[in-house]
Amino acid sequence: MNSSRHLLPTSEPLKTQWFTFVSEGNAPPIYINVFMFTRIIRDPASPPEEVSSYFADVCLSCPQIQRGIAYEKTAAEVSCWRNIILQNQKAEQMVFPLNQESSGPKRVEQVVAGWKVQTPLEQEIFRLLHINSQPVADPVLTPVEEQSLKAMSLEEAKIRRAELQKARALQSYYEAKAKREKKIKSKKYHKVQKKAKCKDFLKQFDEMVKTNPEGALEELKKMELSRMEERMSLKHQNSGKWAKSKAIMAKYDDSARKAMQEQLQMNKDLTQKIVVPSDDEHESNEEGLETVPDFVNDSEPVIDSVNPWMRGQLTHEEPEVSCVTTEDVQTAEEENEEEELVGEFERKRKLRQVSDKEEEEEEEEDDDEEEEDVSEFNTLFRLMRSEKTLEGSNPTREGLNTPGQEDEDGLLNEGQVRVRNIEDLEVLGEVVDPQPIAEPSLPQTAAVEATSEPPNKKKREIDLKEVLTKEAKAVKVPFLPTVVDEEERDEQISIIKEAFAGDDVISDFIKDKSKREAAGRPEVVDLTLPGWGEWGGVGLKPPRWKRKRFRIKAAPPPPRQDQKLPDVIISENRNASVAAHQVSQLPFPFQNTAQFESSIRTPIGPTWNTQSVVKNMTKPKVITKMGAIIEPMVKEHFIKNKTTTPGGKGPAIMLGENKRAKEGAKRSSEKHRGRRSQKRRK
Amino acid sequence: MKVKVLCRNPDDYVRETTRDIQRVPRNYDPTLHPFEVPREYTRALNATKLERVFAKPFVASLDGHRDGISCITKHAKSLSTVISGACDGEVKLWNLPKQECLRTVQAHEGFVRGICSRFCGTSFFTVGDDKTIKQWNLEAPGYGVREEPINTILGKAVFTGIDHHQRESTFVTCGQTVDIWDEQRSSPIRSFSWGVDSFSCVRYNPVETELLASCASDRSIVLYDTRESAPLRKVVMQLRSNTLCWNPMEAYYFTCANEDYNLYTYDIRHLDVPVTVHMDHVSAVLDVDYSPTGREFVSASFDKTIRIFPKDKGHSREVYHTKRMQHVICVRWSADNKYVLSGSDEMNIRLWKANASEKLGLLSTREKAAAHYNKKLIEKFQHHPQVRRIARHRHLPGDILKQKREQREMKEARRRREQNVRKHSKPGSVPLLTEKEKHVVAVVE
Repeated sequence: MNSSRHLLPTSEPLKTQWFTFVSEGNAPPIYINVFMFTRIIRDPASPPEEVSSYFADVCLSCPQIQRGIAYEKTAAEVSCWRNIILQNQKAEQMVFPLNQESSGPKRVEQVVAGWKVQTPLEQEIFRLLHINSQPVADPVLTPVEEQSLKAMSLEEAKIRRAELQKARALQSYYEAKAKREKKIKSKKYHKVQKKAKCKDFLKQFDEMVKTNPEGALEELKKMELSRMEERMSLKHQNSGKWAKSKAIMAKYDDSARKAMQEQLQMNKDLTQKIVVPSDDEHESNEEGLETVPDFVNDSEPVIDSVNPWMRGQLTHEEPEVSCVTTEDVQTAEEENEEEELVGEFERKRKLRQVSDKEEEEEEEEDDDEEEEDVSEFNTLFRLMRSEKTLEGSNPTREGLNTPGQEDEDGLLNEGQVRVRNIEDLEVLGEVVDPQPIAEPSLPQTAAVEATSEPPNKKKREIDLKEVLTKEAKAVKVPFLPTVVDEEERDEQISIIKEAFAGDDVISDFIKDKSKREAAGRPEVVDLTLPGWGEWGGVGLKPPRWKRKRFRIKAAPPPPRQDQKLPDVIISENRNASVAAHQVSQLPFPFQNTAQFESSIRTPIGPTWNTQSVVKNMTKPKVITKMGAIIEPMVKEHFIKNKTTTPGGKGPAIMLGENKRAKEGAKRSSEKHRGRRSQKRRK
Repeated sequence: MKVKVLCRNPDDYVRETTRDIQRVPRNYDPTLHPFEVPREYTRALNATKLERVFAKPFVASLDGHRDGISCITKHAKSLSTVISGACDGEVKLWNLPKQECLRTVQAHEGFVRGICSRFCGTSFFTVGDDKTIKQWNLEAPGYGVREEPINTILGKAVFTGIDHHQRESTFVTCGQTVDIWDEQRSSPIRSFSWGVDSFSCVRYNPVETELLASCASDRSIVLYDTRESAPLRKVVMQLRSNTLCWNPMEAYYFTCANEDYNLYTYDIRHLDVPVTVHMDHVSAVLDVDYSPTGREFVSASFDKTIRIFPKDKGHSREVYHTKRMQHVICVRWSADNKYVLSGSDEMNIRLWKANASEKLGLLSTREKAAAHYNKKLIEKFQHHPQVRRIARHRHLPGDILKQKREQREMKEARRRREQNVRKHSKPGSVPLLTEKEKHVVAVVE
């Protein structure tokens, strides 16, 4: 664009956001949107090519653009309140005034702040303090410390706590997993596991050689160490019990020979020296360093094995060390990684400011819980299995029992129908609980358990079923009172029968019901006109075609609700007096009727709920403190990162401000207080 | 032989003092307490009825002014003090609990147009028709000493409104321009104008303290930022807005009281459409003030009523009126969220409860619990027709009812007419406008 064109902005009419550029020649005018300018000005580094930066200063002088920029800036600034506003709108309860002082104990200088010098002695003391320029209210905490006190809000603390809880849970899961895997006795499983780990490790090692040669070197060293251990031990050599037996068998059995050879080969493989491309001295040093403590560790417990006090941590570590055979090295390393992770968790845990004791307790609790969980799981599993066996055994039992019990022939089949009569109540009372039936199958389940699952000795509840394997004899004792009861009841029934001998209630009920059903059925509308289109007279019936055509049958109504309930009448008539109290339309916030109904169904009163629940359910949305002035929000309290108000710009004159006003100002911003206190010191 | 005896722990049933209530052991088994819903429904119905029975919102009337009340303001630091200005230039300080006038000052000649209290609660400012801004001490002068303002600023034109900054020693006035003043200077440190001849109201945002909004006589609402050299933006509405009020808890919302009988809540980030249109008044709305919790606001109208609106609802939850109350000119919500003050044409300031049926004073724990339970019950069953019918019933004077009916008819007629026009014109040529969109003419940048 050349300079011959000049700007002709229109003088702020409504809704015009276009600038016109008129050239001096005959070229047509150019219209440019205001927003384009604002964009240019806001981002001067990359102006669009069509409009050069020449226009920037022209535009800046234009009030319309200035306003646009200022507005957008303000709107963006105000938007930082969005989260707080939304949060407050959603909050179940708001307590006003906001930012109330915490109810906890206060520091001395906070309490003293409102105190005024009154007695002459105090005045004297304060005068002395002033003369010697001593601080009157010596702050115990520096502003930095105060800041740090306020650094973590409640929400942050909660989030942090949740994180830690998660970490702890993860750790306990890992522990549980490790424990479970350790318990598996199948040798094959472990073999497969080891092989898989071995393969993985090899792969990783190959990658390591390429990516991280130093790490690979360390791995190699570890392998070397394992080789040495293998050489020191007598494992995989011909001295073992198994090897000796195989040696005897080897003469006759090919497979035994093969196995022996395999073992020897393994020994060879494991003891073969790996060429390490590092200097020998270093290695030898390391060997010396590492072998000696191992040796010590291994030998000591043997010496002091009798003394339980000497078996502190070393014995705990011992099994692990002894476990690490040559084959296991890799797997152990794998495990090491995971243990490192756990260690990391623990380190994190220690970072917490909670005292260590509590942590330990929690850990212990965790462990206990974990064990309990496992044992619970086991018991559950056992229960489930026993149930299964019960299910299996029950039908045969029933089959056996039914012929024996001649009294209760049809009870199982008839069920509901019988219960209608009073006589049936006696029978209902005699229905035996299923436990005694289940008992005979006990030894079976116990046997199953014994074979399949190793007994969990550590945390096992005493199981009656296991201890008492013999079948308990069910002794039927005739209770005297019950007999008397029965007799009494019989008498009562007979009395009632006598009293109501005349009226048959049941048949009355059935009649009533059928009547109601009939009333509910739609009637056939007869529109036949006798004598229309035919002869009429006494005794003449309308012909069939007429009846067919003019007798209108209405569609049958939907089935009655009490259709399948023989002893109930449900009235389906709409009751107008009830309708006046019912909600006819689904109210606004609810999505469906089920939601609304559930909201109505839950009672909130103290008749149905405990005190705390009622208190929680009926808590008001807004709580205000009586006699407290609710100040508007203060930006510094809610939006921390931005400090827009300049600190020094306080009110120029304090027109005899009373003490309360000062306190209010103090409460209003902590930063100001910090500054003020600093000034005072100077 | 072993003898078993029933044993009771006295801690379970013996009261610590005779003033304790008897402990009632309770079984919460739901089968023992059937019919939860019907029983609670009955309770809710009773609670609703009682709420209406106890709804006596009028607390007191403060009389003493000799002309219509033109403005009221709250003391910044004291709940019990209120300052009011009348149309004859008199300013009165009131003690609310004693319901008496503490002090009377003849502040201006002609109307007192605006009063604002300084944030520290030591002095207050008044503006009047005599083109002056006066600063007064809130403490009464000694016996025999004449009432003199601390400071008087003579302006060039009439000031129509004033508001003080939340924390700094600046205040803003409006008249022919919007001026920002420093307390120390006799001339404005900045003045804004945007092609309008007069403003009726200007208010500082209490949260974002650098923001300002004003109502102008050209039917517009103008936004300002004191840090910027120019105003920010302007919304032109169909009719003039009389006053506006910022939400003290939500920085970007304000509500304006309009001449077209409605109130409009705006989000300053999206000025083209109001967030909510609050309609219920039957005459011009003259004043509006938010509750300090920012949940509700109260509006005063020329139709001689005060209404309380929830901030996000289109219709009012409460209407207050008395036979003697004339056009209500100004209204304020007390800083403890408990009371509403209204100043009207017939020289009285009236004190109302913000919640009509609330029991005043200290409540015992049981009273409080019962009140909360009742409130929750009413809320739970609010959609049931009987409860709703009772809860929503309000008495209104006949003429207001008549006007209401009239306006409903007018509105219906207008709607029908628009429908007919749309039906008989080219499809798309008469756009379908929502109620919110109808009232905004333009947004000017």
